[in-house]
Amino acid sequence: MTDAKYPRSEVDPDKCKGCGLCIAACPKKVLVFSPKLNSKGYHYAEYVGSGCVGCGNCFYNCPEPDAITVYLRNYDPEKVV
Amino acid sequence: MKKTVLRKPKGFIDVYKHKPGAEKDRTHYCPGCGHGILHKLIAEAIEDLDIIDDTILISPVGCSVFAYYYFDTGNFQVAHGRAPAVGTAVSRANPDKVVISYQGDGDLAAIGGNNILQAANRGENIAVFFVNNAIYGMTGGQMAPTTLLEQITTTTPYGRNANTDGFPMKMCEVLSQLSAPTYVERVSLHDAPHIRRTRAAVRKALQNAKERKGFQFVEVLSTCPSGWKIDPVKSMEWVKEKMLPQFPLGVYKDVSNEAVAVERPVPIFDPAIVWEKLGISSVADVDFPRGDVPDEYRKMSIRVAGFGGQGIMVTGQALASVALEYGYNVSWLPSYGPEMRGGTANCSVNIQDGTIGAAEAVKPGLLLAMNRPSLEKFEKFIVPGGTLIYNSTLIDIKPVRNDIKVFAIPITGIADELGNTRVQSLVNIGAYAAITGMFNVDHVVELLPKLFKGKKQAIIDLNAKAVKAGYDYVKENF
Ligand SMILES: Cc1ncc(C[n+]2csc(CCOP(=O)(O)OP(=O)(O)O)c2C)c(N)n1
Ligand code: SF4
Ligand code: SF4
Repeated sequence: MTDAKYPRSEVDPDKCKGCGLCIAACPKKVLVFSPKLNSKGYHYAEYVGSGCVGCGNCFYNCPEPDAITVYLRNYDPEKVV
Repeated sequence: MKKTVLRKPKGFIDVYKHKPGAEKDRTHYCPGCGHGILHKLIAEAIEDLDIIDDTILISPVGCSVFAYYYFDTGNFQVAHGRAPAVGTAVSRANPDKVVISYQGDGDLAAIGGNNILQAANRGENIAVFFVNNAIYGMTGGQMAPTTLLEQITTTTPYGRNANTDGFPMKMCEVLSQLSAPTYVERVSLHDAPHIRRTRAAVRKALQNAKERKGFQFVEVLSTCPSGWKIDPVKSMEWVKEKMLPQFPLGVYKDVSNEAVAVERPVPIFDPAIVWEKLGISSVADVDFPRGDVPDEYRKMSIRVAGFGGQGIMVTGQALASVALEYGYNVSWLPSYGPEMRGGTANCSVNIQDGTIGAAEAVKPGLLLAMNRPSLEKFEKFIVPGGTLIYNSTLIDIKPVRNDIKVFAIPITGIADELGNTRVQSLVNIGAYAAITGMFNVDHVVELLPKLFKGKKQAIIDLNAKAVKAGYDYVKENF
């Protein structure tokens, strides 16, 4: 269950290689390994749904360009560039 | 503008179309690899600094060899360790571009050690990102110059020993001693705060590069979970515990504030000045009228090959020199084998009216093979419909191609009969003149005193006979 509020972290399951660096870097411990496997056979990282403070640690620790997106506090889906 | 979302930076290509295979939306890097983290910081910085279209990335050999799959910049993928040299050329030829040299520790500190030293010492306008993961990642975890003391790698199974393997190479310390570099810092990717610090260093180096402030060097302590055989999270801890004590972080040099944009004099290439300096006349002294040259021989790309000592280079030079007198553009490119005498040698000659591109005759229109290994090696490269001249005195096999014109000529034999095997080169020229119609033998003879400047008249006379003998053989036998 993901609440609609921002900030919020979003992991693309298929692009995640399960390295766990985001999970280790999250100060709020709101990222966990999914019990599910993605198409490559990795337990991907997953946002538990609430508690993100938008620090961006997960985004910058993640080596994959497009696996994690963090919507920050001031994010407005109406004003996407 | 303040970010409202942290997403894949625009410095990356949208879909990695240059990457083979189906997975065009993710990198080739191992899970948790530090290269990916640094890639993201660079891609974000070039987007934020608005230099995506002004950046040229030089990618190295090593795991980041494929960096060009990902960055939406200009790209050169270069030979191992040569990124600073190619970066120098790219930066000098494009003084208004931001040039990034991205290199691993094997690439930069081992095979490319001198390249980086010289580029740094010249203060080239290059931003270098140096990924120090203490190992050769791509080749399976061998010792790198930066491997730690005691560190076990596939080539230091008992741990690196300073006595036999030297000490970890500290590139920031070395380069910061030079006068030219502008900014030298060592940063690390081992946790979120240090990644932030790395982010700042990347941005500073690229901002300086954008302002053409010379040589920027950011060493990034990074992880190689696969090479180290440590899981990604523990790899981060390993950097902190093991690498930091041997590679102290910090700014080693920073004169960014005082640095001014490095301007290089615009290179001038004026052929007339070069010719004058070399004492060569830019106007052909003798301007021979051209004969009736068949179409197929008007634009020649020639390979001459044989043993060293068979006059291979002289043949090539003579072809080019004579053609010059008919007003053609020519090039001559020698390629020597490792031995001085008796080894193989070959050269490429181009003769044509237009501008000559590549000097190497990769697919020659004419092959002149003086010995058997040359025939075996180069016959397959002759263009279909091309011409093969081979030395039937020494070559006891038949050519295999049937889509080319073949002239078997006993070149060594003809020269021998004249009393000196060393005149083979001019036998070649005579045969070439007869086959292609490009040269008139009388003209060639007239040129001999110039070609053999300083040689005795007897030698010149003998070579004149050789030209005629080569010419006559073709006319009589084909
Ligand atoms: C001229 C040449 N020599 C050797 C190699 C083999 N080789 C490929 S990658 C590599 C080392 C790469 O290590 P590093 O620069 O540390 O990069 P990493 O893979 O760790 O990112 C070597 C020696 C090569 N490709 N070319
Ligand atoms: S942005 Fe920060 S708090 Fe939010 S999930 Fe990522 S690491 Fe955790
Ligand atoms: S071998 Fe090491 S450096 Fe290369 S991609 Fe894998 S983790 Fe990265």
